[in-house]
Amino acid sequence: MFNRDNWQEIFETISKNKLRTFLTAFSVAWGIFILVVLSGAGNGLRNGAQSQFGNDAANSIWVDGGNTSMAYNGLKPNREIKLTNEDFSVLKDQIKEIDNASAIYQGHNSKTLSYKKEHAGFLVRPVMPDHQNLECAVILQGRFLNMNDINNYAKVCVMGKPVKEALFKEEDAVGKYIDVAGANYMVIGVFNDPGNNDNNRIYIPLTTAQRAWNGKNYVETMWLSTGSAGIERSEEITKEIRQLMARRHNFNPADIDALGVYNNNVQYARTMGMLDGIKIFVTIIGIFTLIAGIVGVSNIMMIIVKERTKEIGIRKALGATPLSIVSQIILESVFITGAAGYTGLVLGVALIEGMRKIGVNSDFFKDPEIDFGLAIFSTILLVVSGALAGLIPSIRAARIEPVVALRED
Amino acid sequence: MIKLNNIQKAYHIGKSEFKVLKGINAHIKEGEFVSIMGSSGSGKSTLLNVLGILDNYDSGEYYLNGTLVKNLSQTQAAHLRNKFLGFVFQSFNLLSFKNAMENVALPLYYQKVSRKERNKLALEYLDKVGLKDWAHHLPSELSGGQKQRVAIARALIGKPKVIFADEPTGALDSTTSLEVMDLFKGINAQGITLVVVTHENDISKMTDRIIRLKDGLIVTEEQETTIINQVILNK
Repeated sequence: MFNRDNWQEIFETISKNKLRTFLTAFSVAWGIFILVVLSGAGNGLRNGAQSQFGNDAANSIWVDGGNTSMAYNGLKPNREIKLTNEDFSVLKDQIKEIDNASAIYQGHNSKTLSYKKEHAGFLVRPVMPDHQNLECAVILQGRFLNMNDINNYAKVCVMGKPVKEALFKEEDAVGKYIDVAGANYMVIGVFNDPGNNDNNRIYIPLTTAQRAWNGKNYVETMWLSTGSAGIERSEEITKEIRQLMARRHNFNPADIDALGVYNNNVQYARTMGMLDGIKIFVTIIGIFTLIAGIVGVSNIMMIIVKERTKEIGIRKALGATPLSIVSQIILESVFITGAAGYTGLVLGVALIEGMRKIGVNSDFFKDPEIDFGLAIFSTILLVVSGALAGLIPSIRAARIEPVVALRED
Repeated sequence: MIKLNNIQKAYHIGKSEFKVLKGINAHIKEGEFVSIMGSSGSGKSTLLNVLGILDNYDSGEYYLNGTLVKNLSQTQAAHLRNKFLGFVFQSFNLLSFKNAMENVALPLYYQKVSRKERNKLALEYLDKVGLKDWAHHLPSELSGGQKQRVAIARALIGKPKVIFADEPTGALDSTTSLEVMDLFKGINAQGITLVVVTHENDISKMTDRIIRLKDGLIVTEEQETTIINQVILNK
């Protein structure tokens, strides 16, 4: 049944009936293609949105100083609110849910870093030790900043992997000194951050920067994570922070311009909710595409068998057994749908890979991925349903008397 | 070669029953060239289909080469047709997507003959019917007479004991009809039993024996003689 001659007969029949081969193949290939592209694009959306959070601690709150927009207690509006180290300590003390807290001073400035004859411009961000946990950065060598560095105004730095590679190449960096805008800092560690673009920087102690750059005790931004506190509690915490700071800096708690408080919990939950929605949407479209594919293939197979009734009659008159008739039709169907499914898979993968190669990336679309398990399962499903759809009418056609089959036109 | 005992067959249309064959008794010896004649509706095509195991029958016995052909499975029937029988149809029944050579070779595919071997044999048989140069043409590129000769070559290639032809000249003009009948005579001369269904007197006259059917029964020998006499007298 599976010898070479059999396959030659099958290939001959397939290649000489191009239209019906094309119709069957197209409906399967199209279904699989759409499915692959859809699931790839769905994953791309998911990756894009997830990268927005840069793999940082998701349950975190940002606090920024601002300018008042309301008069309060006899003070004029448009007064600048400058956060300080004391504010940071108070927040840490007063809100017990806070498990990690970092403060940043002048964290958006690039400076020229030099080691021997290598020079490179990278972001220099003065932070607190907890910053490592908030960024989810992984230490590759040495250590991150600690409280000793903070208390002693230590001139030390921790650098991202690309920075180390730019300055030190193959050389060991830990223990060496680099020049940061005219001052020497000792490298105490190298880190890797899975988040977007969070590697092209070095961290130095907050206090060191405040002293070196004449920053007194000013803090630009505070970054806090709230442990296992739920969304509702984290919303309360943002209100508490506002109240606390309003009291300390003498501004109206309702004045939202005076202090920026951004709750990532809410943002994260909203985005994840949207992603789940997209996932459900893509899944539903995928299921309907598959159903359309199954119905299409089944329809075509039934029509094909009907159309071939006379051919079946002729073949039977010449001595074809029912088994040879059924197996020929089923093998033809399985071969066409299998090959077409594979083609659809390859084309879909090519499109998705092409999108990756030319870098169709935006804020909300990144690195589309293909779910091969799903694609292969769908191909098999279509092949099986095509075979089943062909099986019943072909068994019936193989069973009827040849004279009845010959009468068909 | 063929022995029929009281063969009966009826078609069921809804609840009513229509008897087509009402008890056929006949004996066709090996190497005979027989024609079955009758007006339309006489049951001649049904009889041929029963003989060719293309259709079943209700009661009676049909012996083909000594074996009883009754209640065979489709697979057994397929083997018998493949081994013993060849067919030539009025509408040729060639596969439109296969060329002449591939059509002729098809019965050998079901005899598990290798592709190379069966294509070689198909060319030989096409040569015998004078169509070697047309081997790679599709049926749609052939004339009616040529198609029928391809069909005859296809019927011959399985080396059958009996060839059944259902109105083989029905769709052909008189010249090509004669050519086809000449081919049949040559085949018969090689010892192959031939059964031809026709309604044309010219065709049946070229056979050794005529079996006349009327309303599902064979008209007796005596009746046949009188009919022939009447034909002669009328002339």
